[in-house]
Amino acid sequence: MNINFILLAAQTTDSGTKMEIGEAAITALFGYSVVFVGLDMLMLVLYITGGIFKKKEAKATAKEKAVLDGIKKEVEASPLTVTPLALPCAPGSAGHIKLHGVPDKDAAMIMAIVADKMQTPLNELRFISIKEVK
Amino acid sequence: MNILETLEELWTSSGFHSFFVDEGWKNLIMILISCILLYLGIKKKFEPLLLVGIAFGCLLVNLSYFGPESSDALYHPDLWNQFLDEESEFYHSYGHIMREGGLLDILYMGVKAGIYPSLIFLGVGAMTDFGPLIANPKSLLLGAAAQMGVFLAFFGAVCLGFTGNQAASIGIIGGADGPTAIFLTTRLAPELLGPIAISAYSYMALIPMIQPPLMKLLTTKKEREVKMEQNRNVTKTEKIIFPIIVAMFVILLLPSTASLVGCLMLGNLWRECGVTERLSDTVQNALMNIVTVFLGISVGATTAASSFLNIKTLMIIGLGLTAFAFSTVGGLLVGKLMYVLTGGKVNPLIGSAGVSAVPMAARVSQMEGQKANPSNFLLMHAMGPNVAGVIGSAIAAGFLLAVFG
Repeated sequence: MNINFILLAAQTTDSGTKMEIGEAAITALFGYSVVFVGLDMLMLVLYITGGIFKKKEAKATAKEKAVLDGIKKEVEASPLTVTPLALPCAPGSAGHIKLHGVPDKDAAMIMAIVADKMQTPLNELRFISIKEVK
Repeated sequence: MNILETLEELWTSSGFHSFFVDEGWKNLIMILISCILLYLGIKKKFEPLLLVGIAFGCLLVNLSYFGPESSDALYHPDLWNQFLDEESEFYHSYGHIMREGGLLDILYMGVKAGIYPSLIFLGVGAMTDFGPLIANPKSLLLGAAAQMGVFLAFFGAVCLGFTGNQAASIGIIGGADGPTAIFLTTRLAPELLGPIAISAYSYMALIPMIQPPLMKLLTTKKEREVKMEQNRNVTKTEKIIFPIIVAMFVILLLPSTASLVGCLMLGNLWRECGVTERLSDTVQNALMNIVTVFLGISVGATTAASSFLNIKTLMIIGLGLTAFAFSTVGGLLVGKLMYVLTGGKVNPLIGSAGVSAVPMAARVSQMEGQKANPSNFLLMHAMGPNVAGVIGSAIAAGFLLAVFG
């Protein structure tokens, strides 16, 4: 370590220059306004992008609803007739379920998800049929 | 070999001897302060990840640096004075620091160059969910309002005789954002880095004590009881677009915020885009921890007794508290305004979360809200202003840097 270099070092000095109180007040007010304006503008941008996405979501929801309404009408027009099968029901079961193009495993999974979402035990629900919508 | 002479030499070169020479007693006081900070970090859990490192850095520098002639010191304030002195032949010479400096001088170069705070922001971005802010952009108003303390403390510091650069660095304590405070101070008033960093992190840890009395003072029980409606769901695409929009918008508005906001938003993009999990995981954990190690210890090193023990440090501690308090008040007042304008749909308590300090300030809003109404869940609503505060304090720092930098 070359001590000579260090001994030549300047004393700690204050960075910058002193300000007038009036000037400081104006800077503070202006700074606070800049933060507000900056974030307000950002808020506006977020509202615009949020609006675009909300519109898209509303369109998708409407489309989904239209499809569901179509299925509902279709089902109402030709109601499924649940014909009892010759197979005996499992103990505690509420009856048979009719599956339309749905494998057993998928059906079991769907029933478990529905029960979970409804917060209702599976044995308190009765599924009549599950149909795959293509 | 003259044993007596050798012993005398050993004694005079030891730190114990230095305590009794010139102003060596000041080092003893700083060692005591570092022990108190260690106690607060370890026992009271005040921002321990940083405070323990800062306190130990403080201990190390005050055990090894007793003035310019301390050749074995880990950190040399004199070298950095030369680095900043335009008339010195070593002005802005990192080579000189590398050649002559100790371990902490070399680590401090990352602070001086603004690398550590920016890398910390990268990790903060990767850890932050901006969903509540995207769902409720009005939160940005609360984040802006809560920067009031920054500018009031700035004004107060000028009134107390600090220079513009120093006042700006002191004011940013009110942004309640450690990396931003360090970033701005190293650029505007590096001589105050130690007290400012310690104040900022200590007050951030004290938020659960500073904010609740002000919250109770400025809101009625009826206001605190307000239950807010659930925010809308934010899509994945919105979350991906958000950091890109914010980076473009804020950096174009205030180019001086580029390194902080750029890193914050890059970290967030890595989190949200869904194809860079490894990077997101690295910046949230490994990188964040490594940078925290370097940042804490090198910031602590700036607390050499010769520059720390003076009346200015006490003033900074007082102004820092004022800044925090007024930032809380600013957020609460705009929260109350929103309560009135929305016909009582906004709980004003979420306003205080605008002071950044993620997620501590949001938790305080949640706790106070639940005290008033046990069925109240304000956390997600308060997270909006809380992350808005991070952007707000970066903009405030960008403004101050543009004016005084």
